[in-house]
Amino acid sequence: MLGKDLLGLYETSAEDILAILDTAVGMKRLLTQNLKKLPHLQGRTVTTLFYENSTRTRCSFELAAKYLGAGTVNISASSSSVQKGETLIDTGYTLDAMKNDIIVIRHPMGGAPRLLASHVRASVVNGGDGINEHPTQALLDFYTMREKFGAFKGLKVAILGDIKHSRVAKSNLYGLTKLGAEVTLFAPGTLLPQGIEELGAKVARSREEALAGANVVMGLRIQLERMHGGLFPSLSEYAKYYGVAEEHLRYADKDCIVMHPGPVNRGVEFTSDVIDAPESKICEQVLNGVAVRMALLFLLCKNRQGGNANE
Amino acid sequence: MNKLLIRGGTAVFADGCRRCDILIEGGKIAKIAETIAADGAKVIEADGLHVFPGLIDMHVHLREPGFEYKEDIASGSAAAVRGGFTQVCCMPNTDPVCDNAAVVGYIVARAKAANLCKVRPIGAITKGEKGEQLAEMGKMKEAGAVAVSDDGKPVSDARMMRLAMEYADGFGLVCLSHCEDKSLADGGAVNEGKNSTLAGLKGIPRAAEEVMIAREIVLAETLKKRVHICHVSTRGGVQLVREAKARGVAVTAETCPHYFTLTDDIVTSFDADTKVNPPVREEEDVAAVKVGLSDGTLDCIVTDHAPHHADEKNVEYDLAAFGISGIETSFSLSYTALVRGGVLTLEQLADRMSAAPARILGLEGGSLCEGGAADVMLADLSEKYVIDAKDFVSKGKNTPFGGTEVYGRVKYTIVDGAVKFKA
Repeated sequence: MLGKDLLGLYETSAEDILAILDTAVGMKRLLTQNLKKLPHLQGRTVTTLFYENSTRTRCSFELAAKYLGAGTVNISASSSSVQKGETLIDTGYTLDAMKNDIIVIRHPMGGAPRLLASHVRASVVNGGDGINEHPTQALLDFYTMREKFGAFKGLKVAILGDIKHSRVAKSNLYGLTKLGAEVTLFAPGTLLPQGIEELGAKVARSREEALAGANVVMGLRIQLERMHGGLFPSLSEYAKYYGVAEEHLRYADKDCIVMHPGPVNRGVEFTSDVIDAPESKICEQVLNGVAVRMALLFLLCKNRQGGNANE
Repeated sequence: MNKLLIRGGTAVFADGCRRCDILIEGGKIAKIAETIAADGAKVIEADGLHVFPGLIDMHVHLREPGFEYKEDIASGSAAAVRGGFTQVCCMPNTDPVCDNAAVVGYIVARAKAANLCKVRPIGAITKGEKGEQLAEMGKMKEAGAVAVSDDGKPVSDARMMRLAMEYADGFGLVCLSHCEDKSLADGGAVNEGKNSTLAGLKGIPRAAEEVMIAREIVLAETLKKRVHICHVSTRGGVQLVREAKARGVAVTAETCPHYFTLTDDIVTSFDADTKVNPPVREEEDVAAVKVGLSDGTLDCIVTDHAPHHADEKNVEYDLAAFGISGIETSFSLSYTALVRGGVLTLEQLADRMSAAPARILGLEGGSLCEGGAADVMLADLSEKYVIDAKDFVSKGKNTPFGGTEVYGRVKYTIVDGAVKFKA
């Protein structure tokens, strides 16, 4: 079962992924009640340590912790001693000394959560590290897919957008291939990482090929902040050849769903009619994100020494 | 005069290995013969040991002046002799940069004070390694510099490199080029490929290295000047050098133990001790580097010894310093991977690690011959051990080879007839 940390889906088993999704079902039920509070994490502390800007992920983790009764602390790199030059490891020692149970870290560099995890007693959750992984985003994506389709075997997932800089795409790829789904990627050559096919993805040559028969059409945000210059000529050219408009959805399975990790650049990855279409699960994904993170925090706390929360 | 007799060892000559006695007198090899009477000389019983010409490393970083917390000339020299090296050439990326005769002279003086191995400074190609103005190569040469290089900060401007090759040639200096097109490297940390994608670390494509190797070759060819390519790590790089040599271009090249022993599978561990520039590549590159060493395309093995403080490695992989502390493991790794691995003969290994660098830079040593400098290394090739950074005398403990089992332990290092290291 799930270890001390959740650092990425590359090393997480299909069983663990499904266990988190199963636990999230009950959590989601709670979220639809008026009184959204459980006592399971009472007396626990969850700290979000964010070295990059984020609204939805951070807010989602914080609410997940609060709904389960945990205390929460939020640290932003800009407002912490990181500005004074403290190393990540030293920050970890400090947080550990204050008896945090779980540290959720977001960091602009791949592997940073692993470095932290190997130096702290607290459980570490990767809230997105550079261009490496974003496991909880993928988990909520899986939850959303399973809610619609029931299972993953043979599910066709098309992912379009900035694959090269996308930790979301990679976590999705690792998890989905383990669960038996097929992942097809489509992006301009400058936004595709080397060797991605060796990791189990199919790379489509055209938008039509990528979308053909897809059950899930996932767009990825064009991450302007991770690009420095000229990876494609213009947003409008991108939208024209790589974006998805209503008319392109006809290539996909007629029962398909549209997903996006957000925030969306309207008219770039997807046109507004796609974003707001009935097939779109973008808002549902956000809700599922809270449920999945509640499940994860709960399971990790249960694993901790002295754990065995009040079930 | 103190006399030293190395008795009963198997000496490694260019044309073969022979059991013989070697008499050292006055800092020179006085006599090599089947048996030599001790006749008052101090005797090293070398039965079961191999006697090599002292190893020469033409690419190390000794960090002094400026970064003594990483390494200094004394600690680096101690590490060198522990590794079997009698002579090392240190790169100029110090603080201040070794771009003038005063810094060259300082290094020479500090090395003399350390009194362990011979330290030959490499001067910068351009002032401050900024790539804008030629450094005073003539004065540096007079002060003791043996080559010029802007190692680590490659001369990006092709015209400047052209001028450097033309100007350096007038003083008999060769430009050592760290080939890296910075625009293609684009701030990457590891080899670009499946493993960089898997680790989510930014990749450095092979092209970053090969584009500049090609440029240096074209410049050397059209100008009819020499150039030396530093730390070749890719299959394409080996091929470029091979083809150039076949055309008669005056190009020489080096590689490092980590390029023929490691692949980038190790980077997914996020262990920053695996971070080095150029990055370790893939299986096909490792194979090509070995072929290159075997057929002579790659002239020599260097360490690119790059000691760092633990604090500079114990951070996020992207923030960690590039480099491996390699001078104490080079011989064992090379012997194990190349000789025991059937790539090189013992004679060829001695060539790549001693004779070739001496040839390229016109240094003394490099062979066991009567009248030559008594720079000698003795090793027990049958001794097996496990590499442990705790044993390093270098201040830099940054090695990805901890726990690796190797053969070939350096037993004695003798510089100018004086024993500077004994295991």
